[in-house]
Amino acid sequence: MIDRLYWKYAADALIWLLLLTMPFWLNWVGGYTQLGTQIVVMALAAMALNFLLGYTGVLSFGHAAYFGLGVYGAGLTIKYLIPSTLTGMAVGVLTAVVAAAIIGLLIVHLRGIYFAMVTIAFGQVFYFVAYRWNNVTGGDDGLSNWNRMPIDFGFARLDILHSPVAFYYFVLFFFVVSVAIMAALLRSPFGRTLLAIRENERRARFLGIPVDRHIWLSWLISCTFVGLAGTLYAFLNNFADPHTLYWEQSGVFVIMAVLGGMRSFWGPLIGAAIFVALQDYVSTMTQNWMSFIGLFFVLIVLFFPRGVLGVIRRKTSS
Amino acid sequence: MTQLILFNVFNGLIIGAFYALMALGLSLILNLSGVINFAHGGFLAIGAYLAFTLMPFIGFWGALVVAPILTAIFGLIIERLLIRPLYGRDPLYSLLLTFGLAFMFEDGTRFIWGPQTLPFSVPDWLSSPLSSEYFFLTGYRLFMVALVSLAVIVLFIVLGRTRLGMRIRAGTLDLETVSVLGVNVRILRSLNFGLGIYMAGLAGVLAAGMLGLQPTIGSELIMPSFVAIIIGGLGSLPGTLVGGLLIGVASGVTTVFFPSASEAVIYVMMGLILLVRPRGLFGEEGRF
Repeated sequence: MIDRLYWKYAADALIWLLLLTMPFWLNWVGGYTQLGTQIVVMALAAMALNFLLGYTGVLSFGHAAYFGLGVYGAGLTIKYLIPSTLTGMAVGVLTAVVAAAIIGLLIVHLRGIYFAMVTIAFGQVFYFVAYRWNNVTGGDDGLSNWNRMPIDFGFARLDILHSPVAFYYFVLFFFVVSVAIMAALLRSPFGRTLLAIRENERRARFLGIPVDRHIWLSWLISCTFVGLAGTLYAFLNNFADPHTLYWEQSGVFVIMAVLGGMRSFWGPLIGAAIFVALQDYVSTMTQNWMSFIGLFFVLIVLFFPRGVLGVIRRKTSS
Repeated sequence: MTQLILFNVFNGLIIGAFYALMALGLSLILNLSGVINFAHGGFLAIGAYLAFTLMPFIGFWGALVVAPILTAIFGLIIERLLIRPLYGRDPLYSLLLTFGLAFMFEDGTRFIWGPQTLPFSVPDWLSSPLSSEYFFLTGYRLFMVALVSLAVIVLFIVLGRTRLGMRIRAGTLDLETVSVLGVNVRILRSLNFGLGIYMAGLAGVLAAGMLGLQPTIGSELIMPSFVAIIIGGLGSLPGTLVGGLLIGVASGVTTVFFPSASEAVIYVMMGLILLVRPRGLFGEEGRF
């Protein structure tokens, strides 16, 4: 038992160490700083999705909508209203939260594949809005000609615009805060209740737990952090792409969570790292990236459904 | 103005018939096997492209008969090899698998037939307008409506009157009991899947004649089909049919007044339906 805990702390420490030093070793293994930033952003989105998927047992296939709302919320704010990174973030996250709260009320009593289907379909509304509202969102071409702004603290200035390393740590800061909040929530009685709902919803209901309200809250928390990841993604590219709202993106988040291991806290981080690195590598090699990603999905489902951490955990416990 | 509205209502009805044909296939598979078949649009595209390839050899009518059957056979192979191992597992996995297949099919058709829009010619006597005043009433469109109606009627007869249909309907309600009563559930699921894919292939051939042939033809039609199922009510095939026609007409009418919302309107409708009647128009209470 003590041995297990020891390993767990060691693994946590290793992950934090790797994340904190990423800009320094990534070039050595053939990456670049922006790639590392992208991994952290995608990991945040995938871990946020996993809060709902892996820890509440609710299958959402439409998280791209809230990711994309974060992207566009941040982009539109900076382009048209106030050229301030933090304001853009606040607006982006708020947009995602409000949309998630309203849609959540409509769908929270649905379950299983019905829930999945409705989330998929609802995601498309925002895509069509972004796609069709040409003169504001730039339509299919996306929203360009804006960029993230350096942050002025008064006593110091953080130039995240021109220094990729500074931007990496800016993103990592929000990653750390978000992950800490999610971890704390999962350890709280609220988080344990979510686990109870995942394991046996009927029994949880018999115990007097307001199941729908818990699922709604979990959905809202999940969408909030996905929206936050979306704003960071917008800053990473200085661009808002309508494809971040498309249902393909939702599938990518889910496969990241599955690939890393849905039942483990750090799983989606590992899934996101593998996926982003692979995407970066394969898309320079071939035009047929879609076929590869499709094949990747099929192979994972057939041969690797537990994910990396699921397999490791099984090996160590047996 | 009346003519314009009539034109768009009719147009919407035709698009709605596509949605319905596709959604019925999706619904069949979903109800019996609990699989959300994301690759349905990919099967539709394959049906359309097969018809295109076969047409120089066996003509339009031959392609109309053969292409959907070939698509269904392809569907059966996919079901046997990839989807069967996932029955009984978390629906997440079949969803992800068919999601991956959808990517592969779309990219595969682009790889084989090229990314450009291909001409898909229907017989001349079908493509000429029937009257000069109602120019949109081409023979092909009427023919399509007739054929879709026929396909739907045959489907409902098969489900309602034949032994296979009876077993499919029973399996939808309680697959375990059906299995205990001596029905080979594996074969039942395969046949049901093949039937669903056949309808996707048929929709593909018809869609190619109307919308033109391009690799994204399937992924453009799949989302509205989901919406059709949700509006009609999960588990109800007549509901799916009504849902498909309803959203087709709704988006057609919206095109007249507010063209840029013609896609978004169906999702708004879905939101309203879920608000007022969460199980959908014809869905059973408490099934999902």
